[in-house]
Amino acid sequence: MNNPLDRRIVITGVGLVSPNADNPVEFRRKLLHGISEIQEIDLRYFGKAAAGLCTFPETKHRKNKENKRGTRAGCIGVYCAHEALVNAGIEISSCDPARIGVYIGLTEHGTVETENEVFNISRYNYDTNYWTHHHNPRTVLNNPAGEITMSLGITGPHYSIGAACAAGNAALIQAAQMIRLGEVDMALAGGVSESVGSFGIFASFKAQNALAEATDPRRASRPFDLGRNGIVISEGGCIYVIESMDRALARNARILGEIVGYAMNSDARDFVLPYGPRQAECMRLALRRAGLRPEDVDLINTHATGTRQGDIEECKAIREVFRDSASTYVNNTKSNIGHAMGAAGVLELAGNLPSFDDHLVHPTINIDELDPECSLPNLVVNTPVDAGSISVILNNSFGMVGINSALIVKKFEP
Amino acid sequence: MTREDIKTLILEIIHDIDDEADFDDLDPDKPLRDQLDLDSMDFLDIVMELRKRHQLQIPESDYPRLATLNSCADYLEPLLQDA
Repeated sequence: MNNPLDRRIVITGVGLVSPNADNPVEFRRKLLHGISEIQEIDLRYFGKAAAGLCTFPETKHRKNKENKRGTRAGCIGVYCAHEALVNAGIEISSCDPARIGVYIGLTEHGTVETENEVFNISRYNYDTNYWTHHHNPRTVLNNPAGEITMSLGITGPHYSIGAACAAGNAALIQAAQMIRLGEVDMALAGGVSESVGSFGIFASFKAQNALAEATDPRRASRPFDLGRNGIVISEGGCIYVIESMDRALARNARILGEIVGYAMNSDARDFVLPYGPRQAECMRLALRRAGLRPEDVDLINTHATGTRQGDIEECKAIREVFRDSASTYVNNTKSNIGHAMGAAGVLELAGNLPSFDDHLVHPTINIDELDPECSLPNLVVNTPVDAGSISVILNNSFGMVGINSALIVKKFEP
Repeated sequence: MTREDIKTLILEIIHDIDDEADFDDLDPDKPLRDQLDLDSMDFLDIVMELRKRHQLQIPESDYPRLATLNSCADYLEPLLQDA
């Protein structure tokens, strides 16, 4: 390929932690079997709420001392980054550390650490002499990405991509662009979230009447169901190894998928309310860039979070763009793992990439009574579907203050 | 606090910072930072913990006096004599 800006970009490794798994195989198994591990937590000041917590071997790749010094987002990110490299079959020592970029999507960062410090000094009569010297390095926005570079000795660029809940997709787009520009040879890109540690995030969603409540926390996240009542907040992370196809082929890498199209745009309307027409524009732009028609998409993994308006707006947008496509399946991963914020888009993609090999579409769970306004043809409900073949996945992720993203990943064909 | 109590206190604080810290061959007259892989942020953690546990406000100009286990005891003994 002559023009480097036309380089084909592929995914060759993935590392993840979700509220029900610490590796992609277990994650896929839980999604196919509809096994949710959302639980009830008890937050300082706030009280009880359904939430997704992650269990993983936190000291597998970094000492406990470093985990205590850093942030939860950093801890998750370091684990995911190391696991992604292992999954990709890459020894970091064999790479030029200056030619690796680390791009990490965040919905927010620093909220947890700031709340913790205010609580800490409340025990000392709010004397700021007791405010920790760790606060600034923990709360700078590049923190999780920077912790990854320190753990792996990566000396190329690292930064965070702030794009609300579209941030994971945005980080993958950034990685593709930086590789095409020749800024880096390889990227560790994805998203992380530690939002479950913040009472303020729960309280804010509750004040907005957008926080899920349910007797059984595993049934709390129910996008598209008539009985849905809001979002389940989760922590999590997912980081991919992204590189050019040529580089991947040269090292005989296993290619998990090719990023063939993407788009991001802005609603320019409202702080919190989603807007279907702009989401439709975003999906169309991604399709155009991929050179694909709607009927070429085999699976749409929706963003839907379990809020009434959000779910309905996305369904309207999908109907508008995919009205003629009888062969496009639709599913939702948040019904199983909750909303992992900055990690949501990338985690959800990781939960669906195995479709290229097993041809199955994991179900949207917790739908007892489908909202007629969300009744999309080919919405996969409660049990998995064998699609025969899945070659193209479109992954939607949208966020507050009106940010939309659509990423299209195709089964790799040389 | 006795000198031994103070040394125990310092080692407790360091253990809280790094639960893998190995005190077996610690030389009380050699710098803690060199022997225990502590950096400046860890050192500030020690200062903060002394503030939290014993309300000690240690001026930056005195930080060198906390370099070794024995110098910690020398410096803190009069400050913690009633602790």
